[in-house]
Order: sequence, then C-alpha cells, then structure tokens
Amino acid sequence: MAANSSVSTVSAKPGPPLWLLLELTHRCPLHCAFCYNPTDYAHIAAELDTGEWIRVLREARALGAVQLGLSGGEPLARDDLEIIVAEAHGLGFYINLITSGVGLNEMRIRALKTAGLDHIQLSFQDSSQQMNDFLSSTRTFDLKSKVAALIKQYDYPMVLNVVLHRLNIDHVEEILQMALRLGAQYVELANTQYYGWAWHNREQLLPSRAQVERAERTLQAFRETVGDRMRIFFVVPDYFEKRPKPCMNGLGSIFLTIAPDGTALPCHAARMLPGLEFPNVRRASIGQIWFDSPSFNHFRGDAWMKEPCRSCPEKTRDFGGCRCQAYLLTGDAANADPVCDLSPYHHLVTEAVARADRPGPREKPLVFRSDRNSTTLFARQDGT
Amino acid sequence: MSQAAVSAASRPVVDRGFRLQWETAQNAYVLLYPEGMVKLNASAGEILKRCDGENTIADITADLERAFETTALREDVVRFVAMALEKKWLQIRP
Repeated sequence: MAANSSVSTVSAKPGPPLWLLLELTHRCPLHCAFCYNPTDYAHIAAELDTGEWIRVLREARALGAVQLGLSGGEPLARDDLEIIVAEAHGLGFYINLITSGVGLNEMRIRALKTAGLDHIQLSFQDSSQQMNDFLSSTRTFDLKSKVAALIKQYDYPMVLNVVLHRLNIDHVEEILQMALRLGAQYVELANTQYYGWAWHNREQLLPSRAQVERAERTLQAFRETVGDRMRIFFVVPDYFEKRPKPCMNGLGSIFLTIAPDGTALPCHAARMLPGLEFPNVRRASIGQIWFDSPSFNHFRGDAWMKEPCRSCPEKTRDFGGCRCQAYLLTGDAANADPVCDLSPYHHLVTEAVARADRPGPREKPLVFRSDRNSTTLFARQDGT
Repeated sequence: MSQAAVSAASRPVVDRGFRLQWETAQNAYVLLYPEGMVKLNASAGEILKRCDGENTIADITADLERAFETTALREDVVRFVAMALEKKWLQIRP
C-alpha cells in the first residue's frame, strides 16, 4: 500500500468473494433478544427456493467463493438443507452450518454428513437450563445438549458459540466448564454486536466495564488451565475499545451475504444502510452484483471516507471500522466508526458504556425476537 | 514439536481438522478449516500435497527434487513439516 495516505486510491478490480454466507431463512424457533437479524424481518419478502439457492452457489463458486456459511434464522428450518449442502459439497465449498441445534435429529445429521457437511457450529445462550431458556425464550437447553452429543457421535469437531452480554457475561466460568463437559474443541465467546434486535435492546445488553474485565480475567485463567485441549476465541466487545474492528475486512472485499429474500449484501447487517439499493440475486448474477453494482462498489477503496479517517494512516488497517455502527450511532454511514477515539462522536460510545456502569435493572424490558414484536416494531418505524 | 521429531522415515499426513484444496481463483493451494482458510505459498502447497500419510519425508524430498530439478531440499522440507506440525496442519502417521 502506498505511503501517500492523503491521496485516495482508485482500487483495482476487487478479488473474489471468498466468503459466502447464505441466510437461508429468517424463520427461527429461538427468540434471542441479541439477534442481529433486522427487527422488521417479518415483512421481508419470500425466501429463495431450492433452485435459486443452487444457482447462487454455482455462480459464487465459479467466481472463487470457497468458505460457505449456512445460517439464518435457523437453517434447519429449511427442509431442502440437505439438497443445498450436497450441491455445495459437489462444487468444492467448505461448508459451515451455523445452528441453534433445534431440528437436528439423528436422521438429519446422518443425511447432512452424507451430503458432505464439513462443520457444525452450535450455539448456546448460557450455561444453565434456566438462563439458556430465558435468553432464547424457549425450552431448548436439554435439546442442545443432546445435539452436542450427536455432533460428537458423527465425528464433527465440536465448536460452541455463546453470545455474551450483560445478562450472561458473569457466567463465563460456568459456560467454559459446560463446554469442557460437552467435549468442545473450540469455543467462541462472542460479545454482542449491536445491530438488529441487539441494537433495539442495547441498554439492557451492554455489560459494564467491570463485567468485561472480570470475564477477561476468568478467560485468561481458564486458558492457562485447559491449555491445548480446548481453544477459546474471544470476540472483543468493541464499545470498550479505542480503535474500531476492521469490519468485514472492508465492505466488498471478501464477504458476500445473501439474505433469505435474495438481497445481496456486503455484510449481514448492511440492509439498514440508507441510500444504497442492494441488488437481488433474482434479477442479477453474482458476478454482476459483486463487480458491477453501485452499492457493492460504494464502500470499496477510500474515496467515500470522511475525516478523520481520510487522512488517517490506520485506514488501511481498520477501513474506518463498521459502516452500520457509524450509521446507527451518528446517522451517517460514511463517518468514522464512533468506537474510534479519534471520532468526534466517540462520546456516544463512552456515554453508553457509562450508562452500562450504573448498577441495577434496566428501565425498559428486553424485547425478544418474534414475528409479533417484528410486526410491532415495523409499524412503529413506519410511523403508523 | 521440534525439528528433531521429524525423521527421514516420518510419514506426515494433513490433519483431519483441515482440508487441502487447489483454488484456481486464488492460484494457490489453501487449507480449509471451520470458518477459516490459510492461503499457502507455492512451496508450502507443493510439500503439503505430497503429505498423504504414505510418503516419507525422504520420499517427499526426492519427489520435489525431481519435480523441480534441484537438490538439497531436505532441510527446507523438514523445517516446513516441523512448522506445520506445530500449527496442527499435519500429523505424523504412527
């Protein structure tokens, strides 16, 4: 990268969308209050059918996509999941299923294994039945434990994912003990990212700084005890940082998400960004979308950047952070991610953290993800 | 794992946690694993694709020296295999 950072570079033709995430459906048996799906999901048009997903797979693979995430919603809610996996396997994708486990019985896991599924990432919401079931607003803890056993039985690496927030971050020790008991090789402790439902519930979900620091100490001690047996990834809570995350490695650089209705997005939360007309795979090929669509080209390179990012030497490292976070907090997606302490809006983040440091229960109740709440929130944003 | 643990008779094999694959779009071999990918440089790819659990280090070295019409690759192969064992990309077949 050239050193003259004040000159905006005209980027060369982008590389391939190496990472393809298919959000097969917004249907989900869970009702997690920290979900990143859009709060108005109940009003998003019909899901792509099997043939349309298969065309997406073929076109993306031809461009060089190789890591495939199958997500949602709950991807197991699609009864053609096995067909989609078989096609993806035949094309040479490495296939990751990102699931709550609900709907994964022995018949389906056997069929998925035969179809060529490479990996299953299983989510838990907490370490105890009581908290898991409260946070997902379902009775699923025992079922998830059974699914974990099936994953082992079918010789998959055991990868657990737990989203952390104010209501469960104090249970990191118990969560890691549970992961050990289940025989997990990898545990991803992902601090909540505040988009969609999580953004709506931010005041109730954002932990205090003391909670985050305690969790990090617990994690460190646990890592030293457990060593190589179980690897723990900690997705840092960016509100507590001074520099933003290099979100998606820059929009339009390697990630391509296809939403259930076929909308193509450079990041799974990007649908919220105003003024961008995201293309749909029903009307354009993956090649046209990735290389030619104005919305994918918009945030490539650095011509879109404002100060302080534009003249910042760190712009090639973090790309100005997250566009969605910039938009949600400052109203302008081209601003610096306000997590950065060079942003004139950084106080919006520190004020949220200061509010989180106040003890006691939150004033507003949690709003769980559900079709009914989605409809209510949609009506409210519509002004009706 | 030190280099001393790798002998001429060792039979390395790509660990079952990884999948080695040629990617035309990247013009490279890649190692695929849960939600991740390592793009390999040309020599790493050439060594790893020969690590099938049957070939010994001696076989792999000889084959590479033949393919690239060169000699004295043994040390490079051992160094790479030791590094790949450390990263768990490879296992030594017992």
